[in-house]
Amino acid sequence: MSGIVQDKKYRDRQKRKDFFITVFIAIFAFVWMVPLLWTFWTSLRPYSDVIQNGVFSKPSTLNFQNYITAYDRMDIWEYLTNSFIVAIPTVILTLFFGSLMAFVVTRYSFKFNLYLLLLFTAGNLLPVQLVYAPLFKMYIWIGDLVGNRNLLYDSFTGLILVHVALQMGFATFVMSSYMKTIPKEISESALLDGASVFRHYWNVILPLLRPPLAALSVLMTTWIYNEFFWAIVLIKSDNKRPITSALGRLQGEFVTDFNLLAAGAIMAALPTLLIFFILKRQFVSGLTLGSTKG
Amino acid sequence: MTTTAASKKTRRRRAFSRGDRFTLAMFLGVPTFLHVVWVWIPAIATIGLSFTYWNGVSLSNIRWAGLANYDTIFTASPQFYDALRNNTYWLLWFTLIATPLGVLLAYQIDRKIRGSKIYESVYYIPVVLSLAVIGIIWKFMLGPGGLVQALLGYPEIERAIPIFSNYDINTYVILGIASWRHIGYIMLLYLAGLKSVDPSLREAAAIDGATEWQTFRKVVFPAMKPVNTIIIVITVIESLRAFDLIYIIYGTSTGWPILGMLVFVNIYGQAASMLGAAYAVILFLLSIIPIVFYLRTVFRDDVA
Repeated sequence: MSGIVQDKKYRDRQKRKDFFITVFIAIFAFVWMVPLLWTFWTSLRPYSDVIQNGVFSKPSTLNFQNYITAYDRMDIWEYLTNSFIVAIPTVILTLFFGSLMAFVVTRYSFKFNLYLLLLFTAGNLLPVQLVYAPLFKMYIWIGDLVGNRNLLYDSFTGLILVHVALQMGFATFVMSSYMKTIPKEISESALLDGASVFRHYWNVILPLLRPPLAALSVLMTTWIYNEFFWAIVLIKSDNKRPITSALGRLQGEFVTDFNLLAAGAIMAALPTLLIFFILKRQFVSGLTLGSTKG
Repeated sequence: MTTTAASKKTRRRRAFSRGDRFTLAMFLGVPTFLHVVWVWIPAIATIGLSFTYWNGVSLSNIRWAGLANYDTIFTASPQFYDALRNNTYWLLWFTLIATPLGVLLAYQIDRKIRGSKIYESVYYIPVVLSLAVIGIIWKFMLGPGGLVQALLGYPEIERAIPIFSNYDINTYVILGIASWRHIGYIMLLYLAGLKSVDPSLREAAAIDGATEWQTFRKVVFPAMKPVNTIIIVITVIESLRAFDLIYIIYGTSTGWPILGMLVFVNIYGQAASMLGAAYAVILFLLSIIPIVFYLRTVFRDDVA
């Protein structure tokens, strides 16, 4: 009898606790959204209105005028295009190279496979600052050597290549973990049929890699889109800047009109937010494929 | 026996025709070349350059400096100690506050409280934003004319109080902003790990009368060992890598110096100083521990 009473007491206490936890998490979640909501709110108001009537004043006008102005005056569209000119080839090349590496190191037992995998994964974790100075010089020298200084420095090609070289480690790691879960028999039957290495990769393995490829492409697109360091150090011309690094400059130029800047920031954030809401499952599994093995 | 072994060997050798060998060489060679030339050779070159004087212009100007750059950093650069202190604060804050908060949130949301799906998305949102956007958003909150300024009673731009340049509070402010993103990131990783923990383990613990905290500490936490390691490593590496947010908030003025920024300001621009290379090497030496720890965790089965 007393056991049941105690049980009920325990459950009641747990229920009360759960209620408080839920309330706490809900409040915390609201606080979490405030910065973004505030930025959005700011972007809907004209600057003159805020100056005249104060930050908390009831807005006299609420519209998307700041977005139109930002679009016209900040070259947002050009920067956005630059971002995707960099991100799309980077993701395709990274996944292509990563899948090649993952295919060879998991399907063929060469002695150096593990060392290659270690090298690639470690390279992905290095602080980028360690690579910075010599790579920068290397780009300029290679450019001068062929008589075109902007071959790699201040060019999309150079930016794409450094992203691919660094991100390949992560892609290789994730895909090789995934490939270890694909039974070896599938490969064996391909080999018995006398398929070449290329056909083995292209017709047998690549179709099976669809889930990690989908997840990685979503995750990496947002990563490269958000990348900042290399875009700052390798791109000199303003009209070649991806949007994230252009924001640094726009911030200085439009510091006196932050309602306009708010509209610019929201527009810069929009592609990743859209990707996230539409492809949330891929985004999350891309991250977790890398952190929990297999 | 020997014949089967031998025939196996010949079969294997025959399996690689000339074309196949070429394909394999390309499959491995092209990515490896790109990775080594773009990442490892520059990394090693930086280590070499950290022992030289060089303005970064022409190769013939390089002069051997021995440990002089490191000597300058350790004995004549107060900024270095500021940066080291700031990176340490960052690391401590992330390890002791932000990461545990992320884990706690993940644990509670995993219990399927009402609306957990919505909360999940809310906490993820900062994770998909770039640190540049995050920096700008928080300037709207804290800068002149921002929400926080108004709440504190300084809504007019001219009367705004300095927050980012106030040395008593700016460390907490920056770490708070960084946590906005980090907590969601950790929560995301932990939540995925928790979903793979067998729920019957927890039910059994509950039937045995274990409290929530006991269940977490004795049942869930040990079952999450690989994820725990990875989260610790990510926390440490992120704390050392920090750069973007500081650049957006302070530019290159080193208003709140960190190691990553000191590398940048010494190398970027017209005249480079190899002090920057030495800073990069220090950053690298600090990163080795978490990197090795990570590699050992994820490749343990392969090596054994």
